[in-house]
Amino acid sequence: MQKTSNVAELEAICKSVRRSIIEMIYHAKSGHPGGSLSAVETLVTLYFDVMNHKPEQPDWKDRDRFILSKGHACPVLYAVMAECGYTPKDKLNTLRELGSIYQGHPDMRFIPSLEASTGSLGLGLSLAIGMGLAAKLDKSPARTYVVLGDGEIQEGQIWEAAMFGSYHHVDNVCCIVDYNKIQLDGWVKDIMGLEPLADKWKSFGWHVIQPDGHSVSGMQAAFAEAAATKNKPTVIIAETIKGKGVSFMENNPKYHGVAPNADEYKKALEELQ
Amino acid sequence: MATAKHELKLGRATREAFGEALVELGRENPNVVVCDADLSKSTYTHLFAKEFKDRFFECGIAEANMVAIGAGLAHAGKVPFVSSFSAFLLNKGFEQLRVTAAYGRTNLKAVGTHSGISIGEDGPSQMSIEDISLATSLAGFTVIAPCDEIAMKELVKQAAHTWGPFFIRAGRAKCPLVYSPDQKFEIGKAIEVVAGTDVTVIANGLLVAEAVKASDTLADEGISVRVVDMHTVKPIDRDAIAKAAAETGAIVVAEEHLVDAGLGVRVAQVVAETNPCVMEFLGINDTYAESGTPDDVLDKYGMRAKNVVEKIKAVLARKKK
Repeated sequence: MQKTSNVAELEAICKSVRRSIIEMIYHAKSGHPGGSLSAVETLVTLYFDVMNHKPEQPDWKDRDRFILSKGHACPVLYAVMAECGYTPKDKLNTLRELGSIYQGHPDMRFIPSLEASTGSLGLGLSLAIGMGLAAKLDKSPARTYVVLGDGEIQEGQIWEAAMFGSYHHVDNVCCIVDYNKIQLDGWVKDIMGLEPLADKWKSFGWHVIQPDGHSVSGMQAAFAEAAATKNKPTVIIAETIKGKGVSFMENNPKYHGVAPNADEYKKALEELQ
Repeated sequence: MATAKHELKLGRATREAFGEALVELGRENPNVVVCDADLSKSTYTHLFAKEFKDRFFECGIAEANMVAIGAGLAHAGKVPFVSSFSAFLLNKGFEQLRVTAAYGRTNLKAVGTHSGISIGEDGPSQMSIEDISLATSLAGFTVIAPCDEIAMKELVKQAAHTWGPFFIRAGRAKCPLVYSPDQKFEIGKAIEVVAGTDVTVIANGLLVAEAVKASDTLADEGISVRVVDMHTVKPIDRDAIAKAAAETGAIVVAEEHLVDAGLGVRVAQVVAETNPCVMEFLGINDTYAESGTPDDVLDKYGMRAKNVVEKIKAVLARKKK
């Protein structure tokens, strides 16, 4: 894979990943487009610029690790990993089919280069912290990145992990909250509002950064600031738009977990040219 | 005819042996790490914490987080032991054991102490009577319930040396020494503690010693009781069960656990699939126990040798001549 820090090149990869997401979910006839599209810049910036990793040697000991705690957004992870060369790109459209490595939620039994099997919400931050502790014991420079959904942080275990992370100074973990403000049943604020969200994390002892989650340069700066922050873990609350990039999916709770129909599919791909 | 009785000296609690085994493992393997949830003085992980401060992670009273952190440590190449009271570890950490340790394929070792009702005074909220049921329902887990300090120490070490997720059940109370220090153990292989031909008692944990006492009592009446220690509940030793069913034609299963879903039903499944025979089951019957001294609680809820004797007589009455 070719890594790059060039914003235009990274934005081009984002567009390609968005197309893959729409194609995969359209062919599967089910899946979660909204929260996949909102996390595209986060994952592309990490995998193509920020993270130290070797797709040709996925078990490299000092690699940076990535966990998609909101496992239902796996189309974005699959598209990015395939783009990196971890998994076959020409099989992406087998998403959710029996025997496909592209399971409905990330499954290490099918893709050993995944760092964790996820899908049940609330678990990923603890896993990331465990990996961070191991890296510290091994005196490894490896960092661990974990993406949480905003609805996901309604889970109590996230706050158990948040307490642990700051108390034990796990500064090699960087948590990204994909703050797209919509969950399955509707708007987060109408279900179990999270505000004041930055204050919550600050009070739990975390360094908080609040970039535009669709600005590649903004995310690059946030990851650099996170890496430079010592003695406490960092949470990046990425301000994002659910369904970003496809006009009729943007800010529409309907597309949390519904596949586009044939007309919508055509229109979405036109917009992503 | 007088028969030689088994000498069952009181040993230490299995939780103590667990703590000592951890220290020895810590010395031999720098990748062994330990997590506890504010109970290290009771689970005996404090012994490890004292010697290996940097490899011990105090997680506070947050068992779910502890289990998943353990899974993360395992993913990154460590051999993590996570420990708490069994009731909290299995019930509060079950989702994490299922998704991050079992489905997520890790080398996590979960050790629950204060299992069963023999914790006594603290009462049912702390008593773990469903842990074997929960742990055996985790695909790919190995589940172990040793009966004394010697078995515990050896099996904890073997668990550390065997890749894969484990649940190990330890107790609070001091327990009788069933084994001598030179006893050999193998995960998945039951041990015939007492030879016998009329009936077999298959037990684990505290009930092994009670079964041995029951066999002594019945020997005086001319009844030959085989006692089998099924320390590994999963994968279960099918051969030992099939053999006992074929050779003795009657089986009693005894455990300090709900009878609904513990060792007994798993033994019954193997009996049904191999050599069907009459069976009886001794355990906790669809109830929660209560506070009291461990001895009083064990007496009241029928976990004693005399209760094993009753079950043996019941099963023998049903055995076809």
